[in-house]
Amino acid sequence: MIELRDVTKTFPQGKGEGGGLRAVDHVSLHVPRGSVYGIVGHSGAGKSTLLRLINHLEEPTSGSVLVGGADLGALGERGRRQVRQSIGMVFQQFNLFRSRTVLGNVAYPLKVAGASRAEARERAAEVLRFVGLDGHARRYPEQLSGGQRQRVGIARALATSPGVLLCDEATSALDPQTTHEVLALLERVNRELGITIVLITHEMDVVRSLCDRVAVMADGKVVESGGVYEVFSRPQHPTTEAFVRSALHDRPDGPALERLRARHGGRLVTVPVTGDAAGGHELSRLLREHAVDFTVAHAGVGEVQNRPLGSVTLELRGAEADIDAVVARLGGLEKAGAR
Amino acid sequence: MKADWNTFWVKVVDATGETVYMVLVTLALSAVLGMVVGLALYATRKGGVLQNRVVFAVLNALINVVRPVPFIIAIVALSPVTRSVVGTMIGTDAAVFPMVVVATFGVARIVESNLLSVEPGVVEAARAMGASPLRIVLTVLVPEALGPLILGFTFMLVALIDFSAVAGTVGGGGVGNLAMTYGYLRFDTSVMVVAVAVLVVLVQLAQLLGNLLARKVLRR
Ligand SMILES: Nc1ncnc2c1ncn2[C@@H]1O[C@H](COP(=O)(O)OP(=O)(O)OP(=O)(O)O)[C@@H](O)[C@H]1O
Ligand SMILES: [Mg+2]
Repeated sequence: MIELRDVTKTFPQGKGEGGGLRAVDHVSLHVPRGSVYGIVGHSGAGKSTLLRLINHLEEPTSGSVLVGGADLGALGERGRRQVRQSIGMVFQQFNLFRSRTVLGNVAYPLKVAGASRAEARERAAEVLRFVGLDGHARRYPEQLSGGQRQRVGIARALATSPGVLLCDEATSALDPQTTHEVLALLERVNRELGITIVLITHEMDVVRSLCDRVAVMADGKVVESGGVYEVFSRPQHPTTEAFVRSALHDRPDGPALERLRARHGGRLVTVPVTGDAAGGHELSRLLREHAVDFTVAHAGVGEVQNRPLGSVTLELRGAEADIDAVVARLGGLEKAGAR
Repeated sequence: MKADWNTFWVKVVDATGETVYMVLVTLALSAVLGMVVGLALYATRKGGVLQNRVVFAVLNALINVVRPVPFIIAIVALSPVTRSVVGTMIGTDAAVFPMVVVATFGVARIVESNLLSVEPGVVEAARAMGASPLRIVLTVLVPEALGPLILGFTFMLVALIDFSAVAGTVGGGGVGNLAMTYGYLRFDTSVMVVAVAVLVVLVQLAQLLGNLLARKVLRR
């Protein structure tokens, strides 16, 4: 559905010299039709820029962007505007028109697309029903709660029946309960309407509950991408690791590890927990064989795409040689202590 | 020779009519011209939809030169141009010309700064929907900035009443002229008091109207 081929975006910096700032650096990405694709990364990693390249709000410095088969770079400004009408966009700060009612906001993109006033109103009412705001059509944005505003934002983005929805931190300004509602709505958008969604987020929960695939960005580059479970169960890049850790709180680090060491006299090992039952059997068999005892010192396990993901940190007690043997055997399976 | 108020009130009504005429004609012309210049300024600035360094620099410099000039000086400085455009240097029409020139640049700044105060996010949203630059200006920027724009125009309207009085003292007609010729030159305090009262009432009306409209648009 969306194809980025070796796309780079360089912003001119200061007074000409210095080569400029490379916000997006040789990124290639494929977003399959009907998928929900998450983009995560630290602030300034280039996520928003990448998203804005997809609908050509930002022109790539090099590389090409294809949406639904159309090469946006090859189109003129007019053609690009046409394509944008079939790509919805949702923003962190909602960006609703304060001068228009809820209905007016949702009808606006339809008017841009050339619909008559009556058609626009009818379609807008229909989309408002879909997002559950049909009772609020005549209100103004400032009379709505944050969650309702974002639903208007989503309705507005859906009005022209786009094939793609781009969400730039659509839930970052919302409280957890409202975030949950908005995510449920986005899920319906994907499931019921079959719309491909690309979303930027800082929140692991968003990726966990919604995304099929994820790309991790750092310094303008996509450093890891793939299925959500695959990427998060075997993080390769520090950014990915930090992201997983912040969500699962599974691996004790720094001071937490020191405290565990003080509390537990024995050897500490961290063992990953995955959906794979064989790993668990292997561990208990090992411990039994070597007559090594254990206590759970720390644990954090969550679900990603309906599969468990996380780790337990165990304190092992027994003969030194036996523990060495267990740790040596576990070696292939895990890394001792904190990652 | 003091004014005989049994007949003099006709002159007051006529002068007030002239003032209102000067102000409204100037407002109409400068609103249109100022809007165009203001939109041009907004669009051609760095990062604008029609970015153009030369056009922006010229307009910007022009405004910065015209705006600080005291109006009374502007009337005199512009008088040769006024004569060639309007055909005369006295009367209400001759007064309207410098008023329009000065007000246009004032309005342009008001329009520019109010458009700039519109959140960039809304413009971004409209761009993402595939709206053209012209459509964005007319259907997003102007409506979004309408409340403060109305207050800005009200400010201009009040300034124009002041300008018209100044123009009146140098042969422009209207209440200012009345105050000058009867109140000042003939030391008639009653005319002066009435002239001032008329100006105060006009300013109050303008402000009231502007506030009402702005409140309606801003819904508060
Ligand atoms: N229009 C621009 N002109 C110059 N530099 C820009 C522009 N837009 C973004 N940048 C720079 O590009 C880099 C990436 O910005 P971007 O907004 O894409 O980051 P982000 O990953 O979305 O960050 P955040 O999580 O804070 O939103 C930043 O260093 C930013 O300062
Ligand atoms: Mg961003």
